Amino acid sequence: MAQIFSPKMNRLLLNSVIGSILVVVFVVFFFWYYGSPKYTDVGYRPVQPVKFSHKLHAGDIGMDCRYCHSQIEQAEHANIPPTQTCMNCHKVIGADNANLDPVRESWNTGEPIEWVRVHLLPDYAYFNHAAHLRAGVGCIECHGNVRQMDKVEQMKPLSMGWCLDCHRSPDQYLRPQAELTNMEWTPPVDHTEWVAKFKQEKKINPPEDCSACHR
Amino acid sequence: MSATTSNASVRSTEPLVWGNPSFHDVTQTVSGIVEERKTPIWWWVAISISGALTLNFFAMMAYLFWTGIGVWGNNVPVGWGWPIVNFVFWVGIGHAGTLISAVLFLLRQKWRTSINRFAEAMTIFAVICALIFPGIHVGRIWVAYFMFPIPNQMAMWPNFRSALMWDVFAVGTYFTASFLFWYTGLVPDWATLRDRAQTKWRRLIYGVLAMGWRNGNKQWKHYELAYLLLAGISTPLVLSVHSVVSTDFATSMQFGWHTTIFPPYFVAGAIFSGFGMVMTLAILARIVYPPVKNYMTVTTLERMAKVIMLTGMMVGYAYITEFFMAYYSGNKYEQFVFVNRMFGPYAWAYWIMFSCNVIIPQIFWSKKMRTSIPVLFVASIFVNIGMWFERFVIVITMHRDFLPSSWGMFKPTIYDIGIFAGSFGLFFTLFLLFLRFVPMIAMSEIKGVLPQAQVKHHHGHDEGGA
Repeated sequence: MAQIFSPKMNRLLLNSVIGSILVVVFVVFFFWYYGSPKYTDVGYRPVQPVKFSHKLHAGDIGMDCRYCHSQIEQAEHANIPPTQTCMNCHKVIGADNANLDPVRESWNTGEPIEWVRVHLLPDYAYFNHAAHLRAGVGCIECHGNVRQMDKVEQMKPLSMGWCLDCHRSPDQYLRPQAELTNMEWTPPVDHTEWVAKFKQEKKINPPEDCSACHR
Repeated sequence: MSATTSNASVRSTEPLVWGNPSFHDVTQTVSGIVEERKTPIWWWVAISISGALTLNFFAMMAYLFWTGIGVWGNNVPVGWGWPIVNFVFWVGIGHAGTLISAVLFLLRQKWRTSINRFAEAMTIFAVICALIFPGIHVGRIWVAYFMFPIPNQMAMWPNFRSALMWDVFAVGTYFTASFLFWYTGLVPDWATLRDRAQTKWRRLIYGVLAMGWRNGNKQWKHYELAYLLLAGISTPLVLSVHSVVSTDFATSMQFGWHTTIFPPYFVAGAIFSGFGMVMTLAILARIVYPPVKNYMTVTTLERMAKVIMLTGMMVGYAYITEFFMAYYSGNKYEQFVFVNRMFGPYAWAYWIMFSCNVIIPQIFWSKKMRTSIPVLFVASIFVNIGMWFERFVIVITMHRDFLPSSWGMFKPTIYDIGIFAGSFGLFFTLFLLFLRFVPMIAMSEIKGVLPQAQVKHHHGHDEGGA
């Protein structure tokens, strides 16, 4: 009887074993890296309805974050300023600037500007913005250096692993209340001692249990 | 065939295979079933029924995934319900395969050769059915990968201190080891089918499955060593898998579950139910393929009946010990659980379990009963029923927990019943395919236990090949 398979087939078994191991490793790696927010979300920079520059307002002019985002220290949800806040200044400044047309239109019609949300957490993750500020987490830790951004983009992955990194060892991300919005702040030499005292005083003990965020 | 034949002589005077077949007869009989040109009509009827149940199984699972586990009767305090009953039931059945193929192999029990292929196949199909249930019980099948240690951006990692996690690995390991053991044993028989194949496709398919087997001396040497090693690896699994399954219950803080007797009690029950299922299937196979009667002889069935009786008594001992310990502990909550099982609203289930598992196997004290095919068949069915009810009793009698305000009764829905029936459909579909396309008796091993394979009969013959 003629041979059914040629001797080349001997290598098939070994090759298929090696091949299947490689496929498994590849699939895991693929989803671990290319499926993660580190790859899919970081760098998200949507086009906003108004050509607004954080770099100009917060950076060059030096306005404090809290002039516009006024309730970030009190509210669970950080607020986007209403048109009225813009018009505090822009009734006078840039009254003939065409870039401000959508703002004036909103002011005249009463229809809010539809800003596109950049930092979006999933609905199943409970997040309290005020609690994080009270615990001394500076803006820059999650939002990046907004003062230098012409258009705001997502700088951090906002993934569960990223949240946990800070919840497990928060020391290096905490700062005094007075420095929360300071993008240029660097930890002083006695930061370690300060953090230890601060955490004790404020009873800061970031939770790591499931129900802390998934309520 | 040294591993199965050397230095152990057949102790019983009765031959293991009846009808004194030659090596060629064995090949003809066993391969003949697979090579039969015309598929028998009963096969088509049977697979239509089991296939319909299987399709219903998949349809109901699809509905379950779409809608959520609310379609089942599971509700606090009976949070586990039928899916876990069915899971433990099927895993338990799976135990006979490894016991027969590995433990009895190491103990040189030659009568295992006629049923080991059969029992291992049954094990694999039962474990497939078993693995489905925890998978669908999580409800959100798309996050089932949480159970595996896969790196992810959520920093999520399995909790290895959880008994449910051990379960995933125990049953997964068991499936892998059983499959490898089964497949290794099949290789020489695949080669036989390949060499006898009349059509190109048959030759090609069985050729691939045979993985280049040529019946060479060196190949046999490696094969037997591999078989022995796999038997050694599989043996601890017989004890470990169902012990781990029992820790799902035993590590919980639930009265009636939190007992150290659970691992041995579960293992004995698993072997008991597994032998019951092998018995049922073997008798059915004898009916549809009469030539098989000479291989799966009444003597073999009788030996299995003895194992059933022994393990049945072990299970009965466990039931009584549990009850005694509840009394002796003086713990009124523990006592309540057992009194509630025996005399509560689910007393009927408890007494079905007790009668089927403890009382009915007692008939096997009589040799007449052990050797009567109808009695064996009916008794084996009762064993299967009894063991399903054992898991039912364990899981469902949690309907009265610590909080009397949450007490209630468990009511299975049409989806509970359909999915349970569907798992039988899948099991029998796989088994029918096995009967039709895979040699159901290990030809090469059977040849090794025939009298003419003994050196004293013929010196150095190598007819055992194909």
